[in-house]
Amino acid sequence: MQQITASGIYARRLPELGFCVIELQDVSYGYGHGSDLILSQMSLRLAKGSFHFLTGPSGAGKTTFLKLCYGELCPNAGHVRLMGQDSATMARDDLALARQRIGVVHQDCQFLDHLDVAQNIALPLYVSGREITEAERRNLTQLVNWVDLRHRATALPPELSGGERQRAALARAIIRDPDVILADEPTGNVDWDMAMRQLRLLVELNRLGKAVLVATHDLAFIRAAKKQVAARVLRIVGGKLQLAGADL
Amino acid sequence: MSFLVNIIAALIGDAASDRVVPSAGTSARLTVFASAAMAFLAVFALALSLAAGRVAARWSEDLARNSTIRIAAPMAEIEAEVATVLTVLAQTPGVVSAREVSMEEQRALLEPWFGAGMPIEFLPLPRIIDVTESPEGYDVEGLRLRLSAEAPNAILDDHETWRSALIAAAGRLRVMGYVALALIFGATVAMVTLAAQAALSANVQVIRVLRLVGARDAYIAGAFVRRFALRSLIGGGIGTFSGGVAILLFPDQASAESFVVGLGFVGAEWLWLLIIPLLIAFVAFQATKAAAFRVLRGMP
Ligand SMILES: Nc1ncnc2c1ncn2[C@@H]1O[C@H](COP(=O)(O)OP(=O)(O)OP(=O)(O)O)[C@@H](O)[C@H]1O
Ligand SMILES: [Mg+2]
Repeated sequence: MQQITASGIYARRLPELGFCVIELQDVSYGYGHGSDLILSQMSLRLAKGSFHFLTGPSGAGKTTFLKLCYGELCPNAGHVRLMGQDSATMARDDLALARQRIGVVHQDCQFLDHLDVAQNIALPLYVSGREITEAERRNLTQLVNWVDLRHRATALPPELSGGERQRAALARAIIRDPDVILADEPTGNVDWDMAMRQLRLLVELNRLGKAVLVATHDLAFIRAAKKQVAARVLRIVGGKLQLAGADL
Repeated sequence: MSFLVNIIAALIGDAASDRVVPSAGTSARLTVFASAAMAFLAVFALALSLAAGRVAARWSEDLARNSTIRIAAPMAEIEAEVATVLTVLAQTPGVVSAREVSMEEQRALLEPWFGAGMPIEFLPLPRIIDVTESPEGYDVEGLRLRLSAEAPNAILDDHETWRSALIAAAGRLRVMGYVALALIFGATVAMVTLAAQAALSANVQVIRVLRLVGARDAYIAGAFVRRFALRSLIGGGIGTFSGGVAILLFPDQASAESFVVGLGFVGAEWLWLLIIPLLIAFVAFQATKAAAFRVLRGMP
């Protein structure tokens, strides 16, 4: 297996630590009109260089929380600010630009089934609307190798295993050197070794100044991470956001 | 001509953005066909309008400078009346020349109806005097009054009734041609919109993913717009070419005075054929763009 480090891939940008990329302020959310709130009165600042885990039982609202963080959903009450702009009122093009700086690993991956794996990983580069540079092409190759998908690069997404899909989704989330990485169960289908490699990558990206938020059930994964990085662990309980203590 | 620049820029685009949207399949092929059919029809509607306009112009010019006087009198008086009429005409201001239509010319005029060799000398035919007016014309009512006094069997026909009816008909026909053109373009808008909407709704999930990875609306719309505008341009080109060939193959136009046979393009009018496919593509471009932005507005 080829050893490539994240810092090798993204040595270009210097972190501006502390800059708040995503901010939730007293956010409440419920699907549909008049239905119960799934999330209520949640506040969180994702600053550059921060590392968060988000846990909670299945159906607690982790995915919903992340959707609020990249503007797919808008809160019923409170404000979500993406790169300083309110997600409910920002222009559609500004939202697109903000999303180009947010790398998301979706729980259901969200691939385009008519494009092969490599093209799916390169999608954030394509949609920038400009020519892909030689450096970006090299990054793409390295990243495909790094997530161990070189032999599957020309396969179509429906032909991938669950773990392969998640690895490809992680590669797509970071291909464009985002400021924030939001990962929804990135290790749900991968083995422990691969999970640890993903963790090392996330930690390294975090050291380069990126804000990282990982939603996961996997407590062992969180424990392993806490040995490498100063991560805060958040928990959604009864629609409230809590800071988990040492009971983990 | 800024729409030309728009279309050209949109057609060039970048190959990658075309790949991110799956090929539109049937709806794209139907767009080529529908655009070709519409362009073909547009060529005919345009030819109709232009020909009707030409006919109206010719009638109002030619006939305006010409009138006839018909004298149907008993044989005994006819020579005297012809002479009187010619004298009166010679004294009328606004008449450039007056000339009796000879028996030979009358024979030529009647030949299509009676066949050659008809002894028309023995028919009680009226005598016809051909009057050429100056551009300002003469006083029609004055001449009519004078003739009724001096040559009661002479009837002045200044073609006014005919002319105004024919010009009105040609004008109406031209308007109908333009209305047909407008309807054709309206139908093109409707068809392209339906095809684009079908393609867009088949790709809602693709559009959603593209939004999620940070594609701007213009980028996503562009991929669809390019596709449909290009198909319409190709279809429009094929249809216009076929329409142009069909018009060229119409029976000989130079000798034909009649309107139907005069259907066709003259000189610079052929340049319209270059514009029809571009207009069709432009209409498709706008229709797809509108449809795409409607769909996109409903997505986060
Ligand atoms: N589009 C939707 N419409 C209505 N209800 C929804 C929708 N999406 C999710 N829900 C509901 O909202 C709640 C929270 O869902 P969410 O996906 O955020 O949970 P989660 O914490 O991510 O769960 P898991 O750990 O299983 O992924 C669930 O009860 C779910 O059924
Ligand atoms: Mg979830």
